Amino acid sequence: MPKLLTGAEIVFKCLEDQKVNHIFGYPGGAVLPIYDELKNHPSIKHILVRHEQGAGHAAEGYARSTGKPGVVLVTSGPGATNVVTALTDAYMDSVPMVCISGQVPTHLIGTDAFQECDTTGITRPCTKHNWLVKDINELSDVMHEAFKVATTGRPGPVLIDIPKDIQFAKAKYKKPKKDKKLNGKSHNKFSANEIDQLINLINKAKKPIIYSGGGVINSGPKASEALRKFVELTGFPITSTLQGLGAYPGDDNQFLGMLGMHGTYEANNAMHDCDLLINIGARFDDRITGKIDDFSPNSKKVHIDIDPSSINKIIKVDLAIVGDVTKVIDKVNRTIVKNGNGKSNKPNIAKWWEQIQKWRNKNSLNFINSEDSIKPQHAVQRLYELTKNKDTYVTTEVGQHQMWAAQHYKFNKPNRWMTSGGLGTMGYGLPAAVGVQVAHPEKLVIDIAGEASVLMTMQEMSTAVQYNLPIKIFILNNQYMGMVRQWQELLHEKNYSESYSEALPDFMKMADAYGCLGIKADDPSELDEKIQEMVDYNGPVIFDCHVDPNENCFPMIPSGKPHNQMILGPNDQEENKIKGKGKALV
Amino acid sequence: MPKSKSAYSTPSIKQKSDTYIFVVWVDNEAGVLARVVGLFSGRGYNIESLAVAEVDAVKNISRITIVTTGTPQVIDQIRLQLTKLVPVHKVGEFKRDDKDVIFKEMALFKIVGKKNKIEKCLNACKKFNPVVLDETKSSAVIQITALRREIDKMSKKLKPLGLISTSRTGAVAMTRGAKIFN
Repeated sequence: MPKLLTGAEIVFKCLEDQKVNHIFGYPGGAVLPIYDELKNHPSIKHILVRHEQGAGHAAEGYARSTGKPGVVLVTSGPGATNVVTALTDAYMDSVPMVCISGQVPTHLIGTDAFQECDTTGITRPCTKHNWLVKDINELSDVMHEAFKVATTGRPGPVLIDIPKDIQFAKAKYKKPKKDKKLNGKSHNKFSANEIDQLINLINKAKKPIIYSGGGVINSGPKASEALRKFVELTGFPITSTLQGLGAYPGDDNQFLGMLGMHGTYEANNAMHDCDLLINIGARFDDRITGKIDDFSPNSKKVHIDIDPSSINKIIKVDLAIVGDVTKVIDKVNRTIVKNGNGKSNKPNIAKWWEQIQKWRNKNSLNFINSEDSIKPQHAVQRLYELTKNKDTYVTTEVGQHQMWAAQHYKFNKPNRWMTSGGLGTMGYGLPAAVGVQVAHPEKLVIDIAGEASVLMTMQEMSTAVQYNLPIKIFILNNQYMGMVRQWQELLHEKNYSESYSEALPDFMKMADAYGCLGIKADDPSELDEKIQEMVDYNGPVIFDCHVDPNENCFPMIPSGKPHNQMILGPNDQEENKIKGKGKALV
Repeated sequence: MPKSKSAYSTPSIKQKSDTYIFVVWVDNEAGVLARVVGLFSGRGYNIESLAVAEVDAVKNISRITIVTTGTPQVIDQIRLQLTKLVPVHKVGEFKRDDKDVIFKEMALFKIVGKKNKIEKCLNACKKFNPVVLDETKSSAVIQITALRREIDKMSKKLKPLGLISTSRTGAVAMTRGAKIFN
């Protein structure tokens, strides 16, 4: 007779067999049996957060920087509802995450018991799948299945709701099944014919562009290698979405920078004028496409994605290849090499590169620097220059600072850039940095933040201090919700309704209160020295960088305009005005 | 209305909407219907009718039949999104005017009135296999099976003859001939 284990023991057995080393959580009544069991499992380290949303974002940061699923443990009721934002964020950005929530005992479910909520009901639309375990005999299978669902196909969050009595009940433990029966949810059956069609399009293209996305990162480091080889073999220009940054080296000459609403002039114009668009692991998000009717009007479009429902969802494509990016691009590369015989269509696209160079000469990320006040773009550039020789991990909050970070911080490796793209969650960056630092204790981890965003999850500084996680919170403090202010300036006649933050806290005192180092900078001449001080300090830092409050984030595709009609920076002559109905629909 | 100038408007080339029937095989487990229905409401798809019941007690499989309308692009998305759900095994999809597929709905009519009125009702329903499920001196419950629009027509027709209550199912579907849905 095999030994019977309690539900709590089974949870940890599963976590051990799934090779989980860290969980992010917060205890409460309905998960106490699991917390009681924690002490018996030294290989699993629990990181105590200060709010369950922080646990979720930390797990996301952990997952995005390692490729492993992030694991979250929360209690019933408010514990579960607090983690909903992070689950939704992970769902939108395809981050693998396993959330275990406690639930009131089965006999109390549906009675409005203390700290009861319909957790599986609430999280159903923001998880890939969720389970309410009402039978202890199903617990091990559900746990293993949860990890499988979270990590296979297009990754995403899952949730397992475990009532308290199930955590006490006893059953046999079942190991994960070896067989890879994926219930038809993982797709990797592209055909040689599709690859040949793609090669054919590549050979014929005169104005091609590669548009890569987060799918390349999710497919693993090998995908980035394959992508680099593909770009090298074809000689094609490449642009990237926000989530895809780092898959291709940001300082390479073939890289046109980020595309989309705040993308570069060359990337967006190339997208508009191209005759072949190869989308690798991106999803034609609305911040990328701009006006759908005028999106890349003259191109053949190819879409490589692991999720069949991404194909033709927004943009009709001419060739769809459903599969894992690594596998598809590897196959394409091998075919190109095999067919090659020194033949290449690089001469065909020489003209195209000339055109791209002309767009590049606009220098669309340019800004007017100042000696009196720190320009936020300048701050990010200096931060990049002073940290680029370290293997730096960067997280962000959401807003202007996020876009400036994406524009001016150049990433050379995948999994180094963690940002909330799909959901756009202010308050993501600080807890995400906690998660990244837990996974990479020796690396430099910086949260490029805005003062409004960072206040939403500031409490996680306590977590950083508790575990001695030397995260650097680099706040571009402009006293406004900058992106809101920018839109109000451009779209709402400068009516800055509720976007100015009065009564901001003194971040120096705040750092002091949390027990970390505070650094303040408001003079451009001292910036480098202070950034260096932050980088050199062995411990968590809050860096309060006072920047010009009126700076706007350019370039920008305004509403009502396709890719080729961007507003450039203050140097741009043609002031594009946004009027009428467009305003309501941005 | 002036043409939208927004960067994020829908394409101006509107495709035509058609009515489709989706047949979805799912694990008969708690919450599965909520997942399917939640997908429709969450993504703004329309549900015209819905029928669901367990069809295989051994394998624990339920069959959900959903009638919906949408452009070809939306219909594609519905199929692909449904297929992504973990408890969904397979998804079939048919145009409502597909000649190779039988669609049927069932309706129960309660008629209150004298014998001759009820006779008239039965007569009117003759084409749709009427079955009298309950009869008293002054009332009857009649069951018919027919297409949605036929039932619509019948309930209109029976109103003046004493129809006081109608209960109807969603459509269910089955292919003609020896073929099955795979």
